[in-house]
Amino acid sequence: MSGRRLILEALSFELVMTVIAVIALVIIIAPSLVVLIVSFTSGFSLRFPPPGYSLRWYVELWNAWQLHFAAKNSLIVALWATGLSVVLGVAAALAISRSQTLSARLLDSLFMSPLVLPALAFGLAALMLFSLVGLPVSPLTLVIGHTVVCVPYVVRNSVAALAQLEPTLLESSAVLGASRLYTFRRIVLPLIRPGIIAGAFIAFMSSFDNVPVSLFLRDAATDMLPIRMWQDLEGKLDVTIAALSGVLIIATVALVAVMERVTGLSRRLTS
Amino acid sequence: MGAAPASRDVTSYGMGLAAPLALFFLLFFVAPLLQLLWLSLHNDTAGLHWGLGQYLHFLTDPFSLGVLGSTLLLGAEVTAVCLVLGFPIAWLYQRVGPRLQTIIILIVLLPLLTSVVVRTFAWIVILGRQGIINATLQSLGIIDTPLKLLYTQFGVVIALAQVQMPLMTLPLITALGRIDPNLDDASCSLGAGSWRTFFRIVLPLSLPGVIAGCTLTYAAAITAFITQSLVGGGQMLFMPMYLYQQASTLQNWPFAAAISIIFLLAVLAVVSVFTTLGRLSRGYGWA
Repeated sequence: MSGRRLILEALSFELVMTVIAVIALVIIIAPSLVVLIVSFTSGFSLRFPPPGYSLRWYVELWNAWQLHFAAKNSLIVALWATGLSVVLGVAAALAISRSQTLSARLLDSLFMSPLVLPALAFGLAALMLFSLVGLPVSPLTLVIGHTVVCVPYVVRNSVAALAQLEPTLLESSAVLGASRLYTFRRIVLPLIRPGIIAGAFIAFMSSFDNVPVSLFLRDAATDMLPIRMWQDLEGKLDVTIAALSGVLIIATVALVAVMERVTGLSRRLTS
Repeated sequence: MGAAPASRDVTSYGMGLAAPLALFFLLFFVAPLLQLLWLSLHNDTAGLHWGLGQYLHFLTDPFSLGVLGSTLLLGAEVTAVCLVLGFPIAWLYQRVGPRLQTIIILIVLLPLLTSVVVRTFAWIVILGRQGIINATLQSLGIIDTPLKLLYTQFGVVIALAQVQMPLMTLPLITALGRIDPNLDDASCSLGAGSWRTFFRIVLPLSLPGVIAGCTLTYAAAITAFITQSLVGGGQMLFMPMYLYQQASTLQNWPFAAAISIIFLLAVLAVVSVFTTLGRLSRGYGWA
């Protein structure tokens, strides 16, 4: 094969791959930008580009008490579910991370299974169980349900962080006379903290955004934000929802930036 | 050290620490699913008569089978689109400097962390009758009447592909990062063109990542309740909405339970097919 043909081929290959990659990145980013721009419209419809710009729908959002109520519920449930996930998940990660036994691997599969099983089926199952034992739908049932689907993120990130921990550090600490608890508090915990924080962050975001489990485990008194938004959108296309989406997108970008600084989030998810 | 009993091993922790989460999962994950299975094996709503009636009903009903079939097909279409668009992103990621790498990762991560309702809502704005695509095509004079994009299979596939893209791209980036760059050069210096090197060297070696990405994308796409229902609209029915309607609106719990179990088994079957392929591909990768 001639050298010129190879160069032409290399150029065609790079061109095709780069063009597709750029198109894909635009497709990924475009929807968020579109919503952000539309949310500043001065009109009543979701036309793009908007006829003019104003903050009126953000002002409208300020008075939307139903959305405030749902957002508060979602926030409370997400905080409790994240807390519970961290306590249960980090303890489990310590137990299974260095063990090669069959039981450790089985437990690992069990703890990861909510990631692939349909969450809607689990939501229905949980509702059936709670109604069988007479536990009424409440923030408590929501926290329990969310913890099941959020804990895998904490376990996975903690296990990954523990895998990078040098065992010799623990041995040195013990040789120098530190107790196990002291070693955990002063050596293990600080070293795996970024992994735990990254896992907790993803668990929090997925709880705050959870629909399939909340759908079955909430009632009018525990209205959740994503469900409220979904139901509003099924009825009509509301520009207030665009403003709320704008707030959520900006908050997400800000949180991701902070997490990138604190935990190196992007490296954690690709290694 | 050899004489020290296992309990003195300071580098590992006892399995007891996993007990609280294991107990939590038994009570609130395994038990509910078992109860779901138990209820699905009853012919009446009250759960008094045992039988396979619910499953027979589903498997002999062309409507139900159609819903299952279109859901599985939807997953395949979304996975294919994600693979075709996601692979070049992962490839580009390995080609650029660290600063651009972080930007690419953050772009890829953004949909993963933005609310799914927000992402789906954006697609309604883009695909609607007065949406960006229709408005652009009309102002360019390419079409006279707006195209129907929302409430179509095409709309659902493209919206789901965007929503699930990180699940495909992240494992691919990891897999491509593990391939020795020298192999690329070796193949080229032996006279293979870039396309041939890609299909004969890079793609086979990245198969574990491709399979991991496909598994996650497929499972997420067929269970994506919100995007399916909002972009698909009332005309298109997929398994999650079918399940929800039977359980919530019609209160037919045993049938909803049977739908759940069939849906669960379908997901598990697809995941295990992908896992088997993954095991085979690792053998291929090392060969």
